[in-house]
Amino acid sequence: MDVIVCVKQVPETAEAELKIDASGKKIEKTGLVFDINEWDDYALEEAVRIKEKFGGTVTAITVGPEDSDSTLRKCLARGADKAIRLTDPKFEGSDAFATAKILHSVIKTMHFDLILTGAQAGDDGSAVVGPVLAELLGVPHAAMVKKIELGEGKAVVNRELEGGLEERLEVKLPALFAVQTGINEPRYVSIMGIRKAMQKEIKVMRLSDTGLNESEVGESGSWLKIEKLYVPPVEKQAEFLQGSPDEIATKIVEILKSRGLI
Amino acid sequence: MKFELTEEQIGIKNAVKEFCDKEFKTEIALELDKKEEFPMELYKKAAKLGFTSMFFPHEYGGQGYGLLETCLVIEELCRADSSLGVAVSSGNFGSELILVHGNKEQKEKYLPPICRGDFISAAAFTEPNVSGSDITRMETTATKYGNEWWINGTKTFITNATIADFMVVLTQTDTKIRPTYRGETLFVVDKGTHGLETTKLHNKMGIRCSVTGEVRFDNVKVTDWNIVGELNRGFYYSMEFFDKTRVGVAAQAVGMAQGAWEIAFKYSKQREAFGQPIIQHEAIGCMLSELATKIEAARLLTYKAAWLIDAGKMDPMATAMAKQYASRVAMETTDFAIQTLGGYGYLGEYRVERYHRDAKITEIYEGTSEIQKLTVLKYLLRKF
Ligand SMILES: Cc1cc2nc3c(=O)[nH]c(=O)nc-3n(C[C@H](O)[C@H](O)[C@H](O)COP(=O)(O)OP(=O)(O)OC[C@H]3O[C@@H](n4cnc5c(N)ncnc54)[C@H](O)[C@@H]3O)c2cc1C
Repeated sequence: MDVIVCVKQVPETAEAELKIDASGKKIEKTGLVFDINEWDDYALEEAVRIKEKFGGTVTAITVGPEDSDSTLRKCLARGADKAIRLTDPKFEGSDAFATAKILHSVIKTMHFDLILTGAQAGDDGSAVVGPVLAELLGVPHAAMVKKIELGEGKAVVNRELEGGLEERLEVKLPALFAVQTGINEPRYVSIMGIRKAMQKEIKVMRLSDTGLNESEVGESGSWLKIEKLYVPPVEKQAEFLQGSPDEIATKIVEILKSRGLI
Repeated sequence: MKFELTEEQIGIKNAVKEFCDKEFKTEIALELDKKEEFPMELYKKAAKLGFTSMFFPHEYGGQGYGLLETCLVIEELCRADSSLGVAVSSGNFGSELILVHGNKEQKEKYLPPICRGDFISAAAFTEPNVSGSDITRMETTATKYGNEWWINGTKTFITNATIADFMVVLTQTDTKIRPTYRGETLFVVDKGTHGLETTKLHNKMGIRCSVTGEVRFDNVKVTDWNIVGELNRGFYYSMEFFDKTRVGVAAQAVGMAQGAWEIAFKYSKQREAFGQPIIQHEAIGCMLSELATKIEAARLLTYKAAWLIDAGKMDPMATAMAKQYASRVAMETTDFAIQTLGGYGYLGEYRVERYHRDAKITEIYEGTSEIQKLTVLKYLLRKF
C-alpha cells in the first residue's frame, strides 16, 4: 500500500489571542505556535498504521512556507518515509481549489493506492481540499471518515454523519479519504523517530516543478478571495426562564429540542 | 558563536512537550505527591519514547545524544510538572557511572533494561553521620575476605532507594590511606542482595513523587565483579559524575522556573484587580519580566555547561555556576508565582506551591549552593 498524506501546518489557536493584521485579511502570525493540523495528525497516524500492517510507503506532502518543515519532520518522525514540501511565493493566497491543484500537479505523477487528508484544517476550516483533489485525480473519495478497513482493491469506510449516525461505504481503490479526528490515537513522537527523521530528505518543489502556470495558483488561480477578516460582534441574547425548577427544566428541554441540540 | 538549538533539538523539546501535555496530568501529580509514590507508569512510557536514555549509546538501547539534549528533555519534563518531571528524569540516577566506568559485562547487564525503562537505578554517597557535602571519607566500608567484599554501613537520602533494581554505592575500601578519598571504591549492588535493606523516608518538603530512602548494608557480600571501574578510584569517579549530573539539576531548576512562570504569567493576564489585569500593575508585570530574564540567563548558563561537556571541555566552574544560579532562580520564580496567584497560589490545585516545594531540592542535592559557590571561587582563584 502506497499512501500519500496531505498535511498542513496551522497555528495553534485554542488558547492563543488572535489578532488581525494590518491588511485586514490575515491573522497576525507573530507569537503564534505552529503545528500540524489536528485532523492531519490522525490522517498521518492512520497511514502509518496501514503501512505497518500491509507494508508499502507513506509520503507526507504539504503546500506551505519553509517553516512547514517542522510539520513534515514530525510526520517523518512518526513513520512517514518521504516528505515533499511545495513552496513558492506564487502559491501564497491560494484557496482550497488552488491548493488542490498544486497538490494534484505532483500527486498525479506518483504511484498511490490511497490518499489521506484531514477532514478540515483548523485555521480556515474549508474542508474541501480533499474532495477537490479527489475530483481532479478522478478517484473516489469519502469525507469525515472515522474508520477504514482495507480489502483487495477496495476499502470499507465509516463516515460520520450528523446526529451520531455513521454511514458505511465500500469504495474502490485508489481513493481519497478525508479523515475525521478520533479515527485512531496518534502516537507520540519518539526520540528514535526524530533521529530517523533527520536522516530522511524533505523534497522541495517550486511552481516551476509543478507544470502549472502562475495564473493557476495563488490568488489568481483561486475561486475565493478573502475580502475581510473580522471578529464577530459579541451578541448578548439572554433569556431568563421563570417558574419552578420542574417547569424551568421542561422549558430548557423544549428549547434544546427545538434547536435540534438533543 | 551560535545561540540557536538545531532543528533536531527543537524536535526533541517538542516531542517531550507533547507527551507531557497529554500524560502529565495535574491529578496524577497531586495524588502521587500526597502518597509519596513514584510515577512508574509514566516513567515506563517516557522510557519507551527514549526520553530517559538520551545520552546512552545505541548499542545499549539508548539514543546516543549528548548532555545538552538530555538537559532539554529534563527541562521540558520539569516545566510540564515539577514533581513528575523530577521523578521521571531521576529514574536512572547513577547509571551513568556504569556507562562511563563499568566493564562490558556490567554495561550489558544493567544498561539495556535501564534504557528500556524496565530498571530503576540509584547511587548512594550520602551518609547519616558524615556531611553529604564532604564525601572525602566514607563510614560505609567494603572489606575483602577471600574472594568476597563485605559491605557494611548506612547511606541516607538515597533517591530511588526502595525501588531501584541496582545501586552504585561509594565505600571506603582502604581505611588507612591518607588522604582518605584515595581509598574509596564504587560497587554495584543488585536489589535483593542478602543483607541489603532499604526503607523509605517520609514527609519530604518536595519532590515527593521521587522516592527517597535509607539503605543499610549489613554484611552485604559482593565480589570483584561488582567493582565499578578501578579499586580506590571511587572518589574521583564520583566527583566527575556530579560535575555532569549537576547540569541536569540545573536543567530541572530551569524547567520548574519556566513552568511556574508560565502559570503565573497566564494568570496575571486574566486576573483583574482595581479595574485592570494584575499584569498591568507594575509590581507584578515588571517582576514577571525580570524573572523571565533570569530564567533565560539560567537557561543559557545551563546549556553552556552542558555544551562544554559535550564538546569534551568540561568546566566544573561552568557547571557550578549553572546549578547554583538556576536553582536560585527556580526558588525566586516559584515563590513569586505563588505571590502572583495570591490566595490561589497557596492552594495545591493551582500547582505553583508544589513547584516551589519541589524547587528547593535543586539548591540542596548533588552539591548544595554553598558548595557550588566554593567551587566557583576555587576556579576563579586559579584563573585570576
Ligand atoms: C530528596 C533528596 C534526594 C537525595 N538523593 C541523593 C542520592 O540519590 N544519593 C546521595 O548520595 N545523596 C542524595 N541526597 C543527599 C544530598 O546530596 C545531601 O543532602 C547534600 O549533599 C547535603 O548534604 P547534607 O544533607 O549532609 O548537608 P551538610 O553537608 O551537612 O550541609 C549542611 C549545610 O552546611 C553547608 N555546608 C557544608 N559544607 C560547607 C562549607 N564547606 N562551606 C559552607 N557551607 C557548607 C551546606 O551547604 C548546607 O547548607 C539527597 C538529598 C535529598 C534531600
